[in-house]
Amino acid sequence: RYDDLKNMLDQNKDFLKLEAMKRIIGMIAKGKNASSLFPAVVKNVACKNIEVKKLVYVYLERYAEEQQDLALLSISTFQRGLKDHNQLIRASALRVLSSIRVPIIVPIMMLAIKDGMTDMSPFVRKTAAHAIPKLYSLDPDQKESLIEIIDKLLSDRTTLVAGSVVMAYQEVCPERVDLVHRHFRKLCNLLVDVDEWGQIAILSMLTRYARTQFTDPNKYYDSFDGIADKPFYEEESSSDSDEEKIKEKLPKYVMDPDHRLLLKCSKPLLQSRNSAVVMAVAQLYYHLGPRQEVSVVAKALVRLLRGRREVQAVVLQNIASMTLMRKGIFEAFLKSFYVRSTDPTHIRVMKLEVLTNLATESNISIILREFQTYVRSSDKQFVAHTIQAIARCATNIEEVTDTCLAGLVSLLSNRDEAVVAESIVVIKKLLQMNPSQHCDIIKHMARLVDNIQVPMAKASILWLIGEYSEFVPKIAPDVLRKAVKHFPSQENIVKLQIINLAAKLFITNQRQTKLLAQYVLQLGKYDQSYDIRDRSRFIRHLIMPSSELANGQIHKHAKKILLAPKPAPVLESPFKGRDAYQLGSLSHAINAEANGYQKLPDFPETQPDPSVRTVEPVTTDRRRPGRTARSKPPKKKSFYSDEDSSEESESGSSSSGSEDSESDSGDSSYSESESGSDETEGPDSRVSDSDKVKKKTVTPALAAASDSGRSHSEESSGESGSSSSEEESSEEEVKPPPKRQTKRKKETVNLLDLDDFSPPSVSPSKSSTSLLTPMLASDLQGLSLGGANHVEMAGTSSGKSYELLHRVTGGGLSAKYRYPRSPCIYSDTMITVELEFTNSSDSPIQNIHIGEKKLQAGLKVHDFAEIDAIEPGSSKTSTMGIDFCDTTQPLVFDICTKSRKFNVSVKIPVGELVKPVSMAQTEFLNQQGILSGMNENKGKVNVPETIQSSINKKVMEIVNVCIVPSTQSNIHRYAGKTAHGGSVLLLSIDLSESGEAKLIVNCDKMVIGSMVFKQVKEAL
Amino acid sequence: MIHSLFMVNSHRDIFMEKHWKTAVKRSICDYFFNALEKASSPEDIPPVISTPHHYLITVYRDRLYFVSVIGKEVQPLFVIEFLHRIMDTFVEYFNECSERVIKENYVVVYELLEEMLDNGFPLATESNVLKELIKPPNILRTVVNTVTGQSNVADHLPTGQLSNIPWRRSGVKYASNEAYFDVTEEVDAIIDRSGSTVFAEIHGSIDACVKLTGMPDLTLSFVNPRMLDDVSFHPCVRFKRWENEKVLSFVPPDGNFTLCSYHIGSQGMVSIPIYVKHNVHYAGSGGKFEVTVGSRHTMGKIIEDLRISAVMPKQVTNVNLLPSQGEYSFKPVEKEVVWDVGRMAPGKPPSIKGILSLQAGVPAPEEKPTVTVHFKIQQLAISGLRVNRLDMYSEKYKPFKGVKYITKAGKFQVRT
Repeated sequence: RYDDLKNMLDQNKDFLKLEAMKRIIGMIAKGKNASSLFPAVVKNVACKNIEVKKLVYVYLERYAEEQQDLALLSISTFQRGLKDHNQLIRASALRVLSSIRVPIIVPIMMLAIKDGMTDMSPFVRKTAAHAIPKLYSLDPDQKESLIEIIDKLLSDRTTLVAGSVVMAYQEVCPERVDLVHRHFRKLCNLLVDVDEWGQIAILSMLTRYARTQFTDPNKYYDSFDGIADKPFYEEESSSDSDEEKIKEKLPKYVMDPDHRLLLKCSKPLLQSRNSAVVMAVAQLYYHLGPRQEVSVVAKALVRLLRGRREVQAVVLQNIASMTLMRKGIFEAFLKSFYVRSTDPTHIRVMKLEVLTNLATESNISIILREFQTYVRSSDKQFVAHTIQAIARCATNIEEVTDTCLAGLVSLLSNRDEAVVAESIVVIKKLLQMNPSQHCDIIKHMARLVDNIQVPMAKASILWLIGEYSEFVPKIAPDVLRKAVKHFPSQENIVKLQIINLAAKLFITNQRQTKLLAQYVLQLGKYDQSYDIRDRSRFIRHLIMPSSELANGQIHKHAKKILLAPKPAPVLESPFKGRDAYQLGSLSHAINAEANGYQKLPDFPETQPDPSVRTVEPVTTDRRRPGRTARSKPPKKKSFYSDEDSSEESESGSSSSGSEDSESDSGDSSYSESESGSDETEGPDSRVSDSDKVKKKTVTPALAAASDSGRSHSEESSGESGSSSSEEESSEEEVKPPPKRQTKRKKETVNLLDLDDFSPPSVSPSKSSTSLLTPMLASDLQGLSLGGANHVEMAGTSSGKSYELLHRVTGGGLSAKYRYPRSPCIYSDTMITVELEFTNSSDSPIQNIHIGEKKLQAGLKVHDFAEIDAIEPGSSKTSTMGIDFCDTTQPLVFDICTKSRKFNVSVKIPVGELVKPVSMAQTEFLNQQGILSGMNENKGKVNVPETIQSSINKKVMEIVNVCIVPSTQSNIHRYAGKTAHGGSVLLLSIDLSESGEAKLIVNCDKMVIGSMVFKQVKEAL
Repeated sequence: MIHSLFMVNSHRDIFMEKHWKTAVKRSICDYFFNALEKASSPEDIPPVISTPHHYLITVYRDRLYFVSVIGKEVQPLFVIEFLHRIMDTFVEYFNECSERVIKENYVVVYELLEEMLDNGFPLATESNVLKELIKPPNILRTVVNTVTGQSNVADHLPTGQLSNIPWRRSGVKYASNEAYFDVTEEVDAIIDRSGSTVFAEIHGSIDACVKLTGMPDLTLSFVNPRMLDDVSFHPCVRFKRWENEKVLSFVPPDGNFTLCSYHIGSQGMVSIPIYVKHNVHYAGSGGKFEVTVGSRHTMGKIIEDLRISAVMPKQVTNVNLLPSQGEYSFKPVEKEVVWDVGRMAPGKPPSIKGILSLQAGVPAPEEKPTVTVHFKIQQLAISGLRVNRLDMYSEKYKPFKGVKYITKAGKFQVRT
């Protein structure tokens, strides 16, 4: 059939192909079947022309599912595309590959997603995240491995990826709350910068998450709302002693800081232009916020009412639900819900609903006045709803019941029958509440019965008269008489009421109505409807028992049965019950459970462990090697500079790094200080030590900060205070000259200005792990963190010193060097070496400085400052920076004094070539996976029981690494990177088998890896 | 999320469909057509329709229905907002969103839909990015394309998606650099029959047309920022600066966009620039209709494009009116009287009066028509909002800047 198209596709000319593809797409767009062209189209998948290619992709996505075998022909092209150097081609190949829904290629898709996940381009990673739900829907058995991928992608810090991976998470494994813990704070902090669709996904995910992790902020209020039904703020002023007591009895509710963080971070999104985002925040506040804070969402939601018609409809629906539960939120915006003549009916009806819900004693008069206008509308459906709304106001607010009733009665003279009918139905309900006062209304209605044609209304009047015939004893039989006349032509519902009326009157007024009743029942006996026949038979036997059956038991009670007092109906909102569904959800909109809807869990009774969300500071992941890292720095940088350019003007010298860490620590300061104190209160005598250190350091640090003569904003001085407190703590043991300290301080501040740190994501780990993070980034964190941890660190690092110059060869001058493991101030790649000169001669030695250096290729040295003089018997220390280029080759140089020259060499143990890096366990495992094969050294070591407990200390003595917090207690992991090249060094010790440990060292630099391996093995 | 999308015109023909997952049969739209049948007007169709296996979420705009098929729980607003975004994009590409242009440009439409949604999830929705991926059609390019057989798909690949500022493409260059801001305020009001204001609020928006080279960083500040307490922003605006300093700081997208919109609620006093006197009553087989409009609180500005319309009750068969200015028309089917006043010259306030003919033999109507007013006032922001200054950072050149104020009637209704 489509020979011409096939011919065109087979041609070599691109424009013919393009033309053919366009026509084929046109067929698809119109919904025509173009599947017979599949073989001809699939050949062109490798076409060079981008547009042809794109259109072929569109075609494939549509038809590949139907022609699986032929579709396989295209797979190799995509696989080639996945390896392309252009990120967009990689991304589009991954996208199409995952979109064609051919089950055979599931393994290929899996591989592609795994590759995409570690791609250096965030765009490709985003595409990979998108591919996850596709693969999951194709083959749900892959769930486990997909969850792993999601877990890894969740740690991605780019805003581009965050939204997509959360969508994938929602689709694949929304039940795996545990995956979110570690990323909770990061997601909160990223929220503002994620694209709008991602924000929606994250907000709804976090709502569910928070429902499982935090306790109900309103429980405290709820529990005494029951006792005293007042809004809580009035209680403060009311001096009711009972309440006070209750208040005291209840434990004070303290909101989890993470809970607060979530609320705080989502609040600005209320100003989004996207109504769905605003709604997502609103439902988050509604479901999670403390009652007094929920009102912040009202303004934003009301603003949405100006939006598109569909948006209005959905928002109104949600507002209706909210007002039903918590009136107060929207009370101030009453007028925004006034109906306009241009609103379509369903919007009007919902506005009415909201207005009714908002009605209180104070505003009912304005609302009723507004309703009066609506009643005159030409939209009869709307008028009917208005009448119902008036009735609801009347029942809800006793003060106005009579006014409403009067108003409704006046409507009875309306010319429109629908209005009258609706009023009757509603009045009937109202009268039931208090019939005795309103017999004139009943009379009025009895008069109407002849003219009314609407069955429901007619039935209502008949029922009313039957029920309250005692108030209108004269009229009632007459009404019955008239009704009976037209019995056969009435609707069923009216017939039933006529029978009812007859029965009731028969009981109360047998004399006048006996014959009528018999007549009606006779008519009912031969009615067409089962229902009527049944009813009349039942009534007949109830009120006029025939003699054979007459045991009279039931008959005696007939009056009680028929004229039992009936409870007045409660006029309920049609929105009642919708609150079972999460606000803003599809299920809420259709008031039924939609496919895949998950109930919002209730708050837990007791708060689950909040520490699961604490993450170790990820220090400067921009320096991490590997593909991902390389692509990141520019991204990171500009992203934050975008932020901080806005901050810079106000906070002056504080840089992006400080700003971020500041906001972070601000958010989490509570938890930090908490865990900090946990640590200090910890096991041993360290408590007093570290406390002392803290006390000592704080004052000089602040003094030093002001000494340095810089005008800092408060936060930056606080931070430099913390960094110097760390400084001082090492000083406790080393006592470097104070001069150096100030110099170093200045340097730190400079670094602060120049550098952009990735936000050191909120910090400290569990109290069991001690952290070694001497990177500047971590120094910048809160004081509380600095104190406790770094004391311990100094303890391990100040260990060995090596001889540089013996006093015999040095003619009285001896020199030692050691590696203090503090970050080098001269350069990133250098390692700090501390030199200690001692004069053991009897005359002062002057002008100690470095002379000639024999530098191997690549070695760099930053000389120590010249030492003027050393008095006999005393010693002085100085530091120098050496870049060993990641080799263990010794540095040979001359030390000159005023008179002599000594040739010395500094050797470096391999463990000192490394700088600690803190990383998360997943990250660690991820890296370990990359560094396999040649880069891995594996072996078994015997570890005696005695060492096992102090294994961390042992390892860190040898290698300058940082502990990776591990979820398994018997596996210890450490991470570091070489100072010069920044290659990652990973060390893991598995103590699972008794007495024997599995030692694995992974390093990009094979030599260093194997040397570290050897040394650690020896040491253990 | 979104399984499929059907585009339906006002004649209930499905003229285009697109599937992101396994194709869903067209017959699903029958549920939609059923709902349409029940609805009294196209406006009245419920946005969410439930069918046995799927859910339909519909938006109606410019006499087109976009019916999306949903398989699973999702926030309805998410979908609604997205469908409108698709329509916005079409408007931006083809200047309108109608059946004609969509059919004419079906290839571009299809390519756009493909880029905007991946597996039902939004992928690229920023128009700056899309325009780099897929060039908008124009006549010249259409001619060139047909002659040379070239395509409208960009052969170089976009950078915007990959930059950290996804809404702006890099490498923008203009010979003359300009930034214009239009502050548009719409007055929504309901005036009751006695002439008192039942409800009034202002919805303002600041629309920008920014044509600046490079990566400018703009700061817009107001004389009286306190007025804006309910604002929504384009994603480019930095929330923090607004919260702290009440200035709008942003790296603008290239071209036209809405920078922010704001809402000044009914709590504050809103001055209404116009008053309407009316007199409508029915007597026997006829009726009287009289409307006078006048201006007040306009700060010396002149009201333009004044238009008064009213939908008469069904019983009105014809009207015979005499305007003192402008002209009027009556549509017998819709029963709508439209009086085009035009520019309101100072002096005597314009008025219209005359007779209504009512259908014989039917009781006179009870309801009175609601009068809807449209107007425009140039160079006035009725709320009193004023832009203080616009500063540009991170680029060297001096841009040409301009701010314009307009006040319009939004949903301005007078009950009679």
